[in-house]
Parts: sequence; structure tokens; C-alpha cells
Amino acid sequence: MSSMFVKALQPAPLLLPSRRMVLAGAAGLTLAFFIAPRGLRAQAPAPITAPNAFLRIGADDTVTVLSKHLEMGQGPYTGLATLVAEELDASWDQMRAEGAPADDSLYANLAFGAQGTGGSTAMANSWTQMRMVGATARAMLVAAAAAEWGVPAAEVRIAEGVISHGDRRSGFGAFAARAATMPMPESPPLKDPSAFRLIGTDRPKLDTVGKTNGTAQFTMDIHREGMLTVLVARPPAFGATLVSFDDKAALAVPGVEMVRRIGAGVAVYAKGTYAALKGRRALDVEWDSAQAERRSTDEIFSDFSAAAEAGGQTVEEEGDIAAGFAAAAQIIEGEIRFPYLAHAPMEPLDAVIEVKGGKAELWYGCQFPTFDRPTVAKALGLPVEDVRINVILAGGSFGRRAQGSAHIAQEIGEIAKAAGRDGAFKMLMTREDDLHGGYYRPLTVHRLRAGIDDAGNITAWTNSIANQSIMSGTPMEAMMQGGVDPTSFEGSNALPYVFGSRRIGWAQMESPVPVLWWRSVGHTHTAFAVETFLDRVLEAAGKDPLQGRLDLLKPEALRERAVLETAGRMADWQGPVKDGRGYGIAWAKSFGSYVAQVVEVEDRDGRPHATRVWCAVDCGIAINPNVIRAQMEGGIGYALSTALYSKVSLGPGGGVEQSNFHDYPMLRIHEMPAVEVEIIRSSVDPTGVGEPGVPPLGPALANAWRALTGQVTSELPFPMQSNV
Amino acid sequence: MRIAIIVAAATLTSPLSAQELRGPEFFESIADEGERSAALFTEMGEVLTHPRCVNCHPVTGGPTQGDDMRPHSPPVIRGEADFGAAAMNCNTCHSAENVDFTSAPGSIPGHEPWMLAPVSMGWQGVSLRGICEQIKDPGRNGGKTLEALWEHNAHDGLVGWGWDPGEGREPAPGSQEIFGELTRAWIDTGAVCPE
Amino acid sequence: MTQFIVNGQDVTLDIDPDTPLLWALRDDLHLTGTKFGCGVAQCGACTVMLNGMPRRSCVTPLSMVEGGEVTTIEGMTGPEIEAVKQAWVAIDVPQCGWCQSGQIMSATALLQQSATAPTDADIDAAMAGNVCRCATYVRIRAAIHDAARTLEL
Repeated sequence: MSSMFVKALQPAPLLLPSRRMVLAGAAGLTLAFFIAPRGLRAQAPAPITAPNAFLRIGADDTVTVLSKHLEMGQGPYTGLATLVAEELDASWDQMRAEGAPADDSLYANLAFGAQGTGGSTAMANSWTQMRMVGATARAMLVAAAAAEWGVPAAEVRIAEGVISHGDRRSGFGAFAARAATMPMPESPPLKDPSAFRLIGTDRPKLDTVGKTNGTAQFTMDIHREGMLTVLVARPPAFGATLVSFDDKAALAVPGVEMVRRIGAGVAVYAKGTYAALKGRRALDVEWDSAQAERRSTDEIFSDFSAAAEAGGQTVEEEGDIAAGFAAAAQIIEGEIRFPYLAHAPMEPLDAVIEVKGGKAELWYGCQFPTFDRPTVAKALGLPVEDVRINVILAGGSFGRRAQGSAHIAQEIGEIAKAAGRDGAFKMLMTREDDLHGGYYRPLTVHRLRAGIDDAGNITAWTNSIANQSIMSGTPMEAMMQGGVDPTSFEGSNALPYVFGSRRIGWAQMESPVPVLWWRSVGHTHTAFAVETFLDRVLEAAGKDPLQGRLDLLKPEALRERAVLETAGRMADWQGPVKDGRGYGIAWAKSFGSYVAQVVEVEDRDGRPHATRVWCAVDCGIAINPNVIRAQMEGGIGYALSTALYSKVSLGPGGGVEQSNFHDYPMLRIHEMPAVEVEIIRSSVDPTGVGEPGVPPLGPALANAWRALTGQVTSELPFPMQSNV
Repeated sequence: MRIAIIVAAATLTSPLSAQELRGPEFFESIADEGERSAALFTEMGEVLTHPRCVNCHPVTGGPTQGDDMRPHSPPVIRGEADFGAAAMNCNTCHSAENVDFTSAPGSIPGHEPWMLAPVSMGWQGVSLRGICEQIKDPGRNGGKTLEALWEHNAHDGLVGWGWDPGEGREPAPGSQEIFGELTRAWIDTGAVCPE
Repeated sequence: MTQFIVNGQDVTLDIDPDTPLLWALRDDLHLTGTKFGCGVAQCGACTVMLNGMPRRSCVTPLSMVEGGEVTTIEGMTGPEIEAVKQAWVAIDVPQCGWCQSGQIMSATALLQQSATAPTDADIDAAMAGNVCRCATYVRIRAAIHDAARTLEL
């Protein structure tokens, strides 16, 4: 999600645990301890039934942090546990993490004011809150030990998970029950950063072991007694509606139990996935495509290009554009086209629901519980309190599981409702369903124009952008100010470059194709447009790509300057071509973090092959450098995959032309460059890393490729065959 | 690219659709035995240069796939035994039979055995005459006599897969029976290679 | 009725013999470590060992494993899988984790079949069939080299 979205949703004060709130029963943070039965000491802690808190201490001394953020590979389980463990003075070995259930009153993202994961906000919004949780729990354990041992609390120590006083030593588990009865401190002190033992050091992720032995439980892995697997026959075009269906043949397939009409299409309920697949194939469905998107991608591009050409509404303007161009000795122009993109998480979308006796329980990788829980409740006609969502591991998301429309929640709710009886149901999508399913990164056209004077100054810079709004038509629409959706152009405006004059325009386009945030949202296209076009402008002005950018930065852009200089130093930057290889640089600020990358590229049979990438990142205080590096490495691979291959296109008549990984290819291991990451030392509060690794890679690659071959990349992905 | 052009040219020489294959009787009117033999091989070439066959007769690199003979996806290499790489050999995905996909139209092809033709039998980008000379050369055809070659063309299961390639694939022209008859007639007329 | 061995146990399944092994493992045997990613042998998430060799279970009809021996990530034993898992944890390879069972099965098969330490090219060839959308490839490569060192290849 965009940083502007985050800002728009910022609630007033940070909620911290306080005795007053607890006593008043306010909807703030409640700290509680749940004790696992002692008999289970040698085993995993007993499952809990009402985890309404952030942390649980087991009789076996394990400390389980309930993550209010969805773990989808970006590391919040480990990150939040690190913050708690730091202030709790726990040993890292005793830390565990699991997903917190859907409950806005306890688990709100403090950047949104509601429960949800996105916008690379997990660590940023939890930075103080989770350390307070740890510090509070520590103080209460100390108080309990002091009471038990009859010594002053000030003399009780905790280090590495051991509570001690003199010769007396204890783990946390023995004092957990008593600690829960201790007064909650008003404002337990937080450590000075110089005292951090865990924050700032490498730690493997808590969920890694389960992901190496097959035991990690994802949505599709959930099994409930009597559960039916549900596949939905979906419309063949975006906006097509169901006319009628014949389910006779489907119902004749062994294992198929029922067929129901739901909003999303026709649901086939079967014992097992294979029966559901066969049943769905046997369905005879008639669709009405009269209101559907019938335009092909080419036709949509043509319409969007015309709108971009017209300039759109002004979202940023500074200086006298006309005078700027008049003063120019040369004018550079360009249009860049970006296709629809599917997120294609490796685990296709899915959800499990069990309805029993007027209550519903769900298990899935739910990214926006705040929207999903009431949606399920409404679909089922149940009070929200009677819907429990167990938020579990997601096999990737990249934004796909965070829908303002809550369409997956709606679908699973309708599936359970339409069954007309209690029971458990698992809805899953095939890869084809996923790629055909919409909610794409918006197809976008940028039209750029810049004027350069004789001295090489940029006298004018205009960029007009045409695309669909992500927020429009969703509950997020309320955040659009003056009819403007900042996620459509974020990264094109508020640039820290000195331009003589500038204008950014946005044309909001319409289509029945649903669009969604996609790992780094607007920056997926704005960074590419800005940083590749700027590269051309700098060349026209006779400037080096790196030095030219540094010279253009406003004096206050210190963090921008630092990542650019660092990436240049790491790559031993000596200009854009060396020994038959091209070098490109680009940077972006997204979600509060600053990332610059240099890409080294070779020409392999007319196609770019990235051999090495140097990446400098400033995300404030580095909570876990291991995770930061991992997110940069992964973001680079994800973005490279996108630049080289990714395109969802609509053919004549509006049907999606891709269906699976053979025609929507993913980067594979032999195409992955070597990656070096350097993290800028910082004392600024941490910002996110899930998305910011993505934006600079595409433009850095295109800049390197242009340096090497002279070819300007005006459309992504890179063409499969070279023109030369 | 060069490969595609040559295959296209081979197809263009035939006035027939890709589905058809003329039997030996069609060539009986050619009086000169050598010419007849060469013409028979040219007709065999409709099969030999068909994507169903050529895709797994690469000269360099791994197999291709589809009628457009695009690189195989996922990427695979020939490997030491013409059977792919360690942990990624042909049988990692291909099995003894064609297997229909369950979530979409199409199938993954299969046969026992399923492997690449050796490099010596690489045909991609090779002229029909070049293919013919290779086929006849025991040093490059796996030590086959012409009789063994006939047996191979007429009855080998993997050759026969070309006419039973599974859902979503166009079969090679004609049938293995006609292909065998063409091979027989070509051998019986002196196994002459076309110019 | 299909009889085969899964992770050392005799199994008899009375289900449609056309059922892909993947869904038989997941839906009928509740062995969910083997993942669904594409259904068309493009991504490798469903890789299991069939008679000791890696095999995409999504394109393996149950009828094909009659009398055979299937090993899933849950049932893997031996020095190679231990070295691979250890390296995967030490290098902290997984992100979302969905593809990792398949990656680990392919990596283990590579090491089982390697007499000497695999080169980068060997790793590319062996692992090209396993897609990781999180692009953990840098660490996958490092972990395979690491496991090879542990095994003293």
C-alpha cells in the first residue's frame, strides 16, 4: 500500500499498554499470560482457545508472540518477536510466533487504525508497541519474582531468559501465572539502543524450520472433519455475468456433492480436489459478456495513451512549465507502457471455513482482517463476534490477499451459506483461476517530457500518467482526496530533484478489470518511468548517470544521496559501460525506505541477462539485517522476473491470454544475479523492507541495457526477441 | 530462428496439409529408381522434420516444444545420458504415458522410454539430405543396419508416439504404418538421399 | 484400488486411479508438505521421490505408482536430506515457504546423485524446474553448496 494511504489512516496517539486502559476495559492493548498445562512440558504448549494478547508464556518457558501481521515471507513473525524478546530479555531460543486472530480492537495496525498488513508497515508501526509489550511483561515477571522470593524488585535481574536474584534462578514459565496478577506498569522504560542485544543482529526466521520439513501449515494444508473442497467456475471475461448453468453432468461425477450459485460464479463442492476439478469441468455454464471488458490490451493501451497525452488532472505543479520548455535547448520525450500484472503467489488464493451451531471459524492467510471479518459475518448473516478468523501462514501474497473488496472473504462466506448446512469447506484456486482472476497491478501509461538548457539544467519536467484507481470503488475510496488516488502515481511526484519547473498529471481510467496493490504499488511503474527517463535526460545533458543524479538532488536529500553513493561505491561505478557489460543505476524511496541499486547486464542472444546487482538500503534502524538482505534479494528477483517476463494481456474480445507458468513465466535460478546488499547505519526509527527492494531494479536494468545496446525500453516486459 | 525457417521451408515443399502423408504407391510413377528413392525420403521428411519429432532431436542445447519449437519450459539440458540433468531428468515430469492436465486443457507427453535423440542424431537446423545421411550412417545412427532402421521407423514405440502425442498436440503427418511403408520402399529403392 | 508405499508405510487407496498423486497425498493421506503450485509440471512445488527419483506428483496419476515407493518431504531420511535441511536453516533460505518442500526435494536428489560437489551449472540444471516466487535463489544456491560441503562431496 502506498505511504500516503498509511498517512491518511494514521490514528492519533500510539496505543500503549497502560493500567488505566486495562482497568477501564478500553479497547487498547491487553497483556495477559496463558499457561500451558505442566503435563505438556516436554511437548509443544497446548493450543489456546482465546489468545487476546500479544504474548503467551508457556510452562515450558517458551514465549509465543502473537503476530498482528500476516506472515507471507516478509518476516514479521521474527521481527515482532525480536522486539518483544529484546525488551523482555528473553533468550532467542525460547521465542516462538504465530498469527493473531482477526480482532481490530487488539491487533490494529497502528499506521492504519485497523488490522491489516501492507504498505511495508509491519515493523514501523510495531516498533514502539512491541517493545512496550516486552518491557511490560518483563516488569511483571520481575514483580512476580520479587514477591515470590521476598526481595526488592530492583534487585531482581533478567537476562537471556533467566530471572535471578543472588543464587536463585528461574525460567519465565514458573512465574508466568503470578506475573499475570501483578500490576501492569504505567510506562516501563525501554532500552537505550546501545543496550540492544538482538535488534541489529542477524537471526534466522522463526518460521524457517517448519518450512523446511513440510510441517508449516498454510491454508491449503488445513483439513477439517467432513470438509468439502470447493472450486468455482468463474466468468470468462471481466464483468461477465452468469446467465444459467446445468449441473447434471457435474453432479454425476463421483465425489461431487453439490453445486451452488454464488456471486463469484458456480461453486462445485466435492470430496477432494480432483473430484472438484472434474466436476467443475463437467459444468455447462452460460455467461453474458455484454457488460464485460471487451477491449484487448492493445486497445486499452491506445485509450490510456490518448488520456496520458491529454495530460490528466494536475496533482503536482511547480514553476512555469511553458517558460521552462521555452528556455530549453533540447526537449526529450517518451512514452512508457506497463501491462497488467498478476501477483501469482506460489500458494494460489484459498480459504477454509467451518460453520457449526451459528458460529463460523476460518483459517487462511488473511491480510486485511478488518475488512474480511465483517464481510464473512455479513455473508453468513452472523454477528461479527461469532466469526473467528485464524490468520495463518500465507504462501506469498505480494498484495494479492489484501483486497479492499474482501472478495475472498465474501466468496468463502457465500460458499458456506449456499451449502445450506453446517460443515467445513475449503475454497481454492488453480493457477489458471489465479492468473485469470484479475486484481492486477494496473495497466499504466506514462508520458514524459523534459527540457534541458545549454548548461545541462533540467528546465522543465512533465509526466502524465493514465491508469485505473486501486482505491476507487472500495472502502478505501474515502481516503481519496479531491478525487485523487495517490497510489496511482506515488513516486512520480515529490521527487527530490531540482527541476526548473514540473507538472505531474493523472488521468483516472475506467475498466471492469479489477486492479490491486502489487508489491510496491505505484512505485512498480513510477520508479521505472522516472528513473529510465531521467537517465536519457542526463545523457542528453552530457552527464554521468550516478554523478548526474547526485548533482540533481536537493541539498536536504541526504538519505537519497547516501544510498546512491553507497551503491555506486559497492559497484565500483566507473560509468555505464565497461568490458562489454552495461551498468545501470536507479533508486527509489518507497514506504519510507530508500533503496538504490546498480545492475550489471550482459547481452545474451539479444536479451538482457543481469549478472550482478549491488543494493544499498536505508530502512532506518536495521532490526534484523538477515531479513533485510533477504527482502532485498527477493525484491530484486521479483522485480527482475517482472521486467523480463511479466505481462497479463487481454486478447481480442477481452479474454486473458495467459494461463499458467508456461506463458506467465517466473524467474528461475539460472537467471538470478549475484546480489550484494549494504544496509546504511541509522538511528532513525525503522521503516519497511518488504516492498522497497522492488522499484529500483527494473529501471537500473533498463538503464544498463540502454547503455550497452542503445535500446530504449518503452514497454515492459522486455521484448522476447531483440530488434537488433 | 534459423531452425524455424528451415522447418517452414520443408513444410512448404509439400502441397499437402500437415495431417497427410503419401504412401509409397504415390511415388510408383517415378520411373528412375534413384529419383523415386529420393522422393520417398523427401516424403519421410514430412515426419522427420515435424515438430513432434524434431523437438527432441536438438543439435545443441536441450529440447524444444510446441509447433513453434520454442525452448522447453521448464528449462532442461541434455545431460550425459541424453536424459536431462541430475535431479531434473526427463522422467522427473514425463512418464510412460501421456497424462492429461487436470486443471486445464492439454497434457504432458510421455512414453517409456522418453529421452532425447543422441547428438549424433540431431536434426534441428539440418537439411533433409543431412538427416538422410545421418540416418544411413551406422556410425551416427546407433549402429543400425537399414533393416534395423526400418524396424525402428515402423515399430518403435517412441517413434510411434509422434502419432499419439496426447491432448493439445497435433500428431505427425499420416501414420506410423505409412511411415514404415515409406521407409521400406526407400530402402528397397536403394536408400538414396535427396539433393 | 491402488497399493503403494508412502514414507515406508503400506497404503491402499480406493479412489479414482486417475487422481494425481499430489491430491491423493494431500487430500486423502493428509501429507500436506507436498505443495500445489501449477498443476502442469512447471513449478516443482509438488516434487516427491518415486522409487528414489524426483517426480512431479501433479502429473503422476495414482495408477502409475501402483506397487511403487513414494517418499514425501515428511518421510525423507538420510545424510543428504539432513545436510540440506541444516543448510536451509543455517542460511535461512525460505521466505513464504510454499515452494521450499519442492526445492529441498530437488536439492536432495541432486546431492544424492552427485559424486562430487555440484557446480553452479549443476545447480542451475537441477533446480531450473523449481520456481520460487519470492526469488530465494541466491540462498538456495548457497545452501546447496553448503550441504555439499557438509557431505564432503
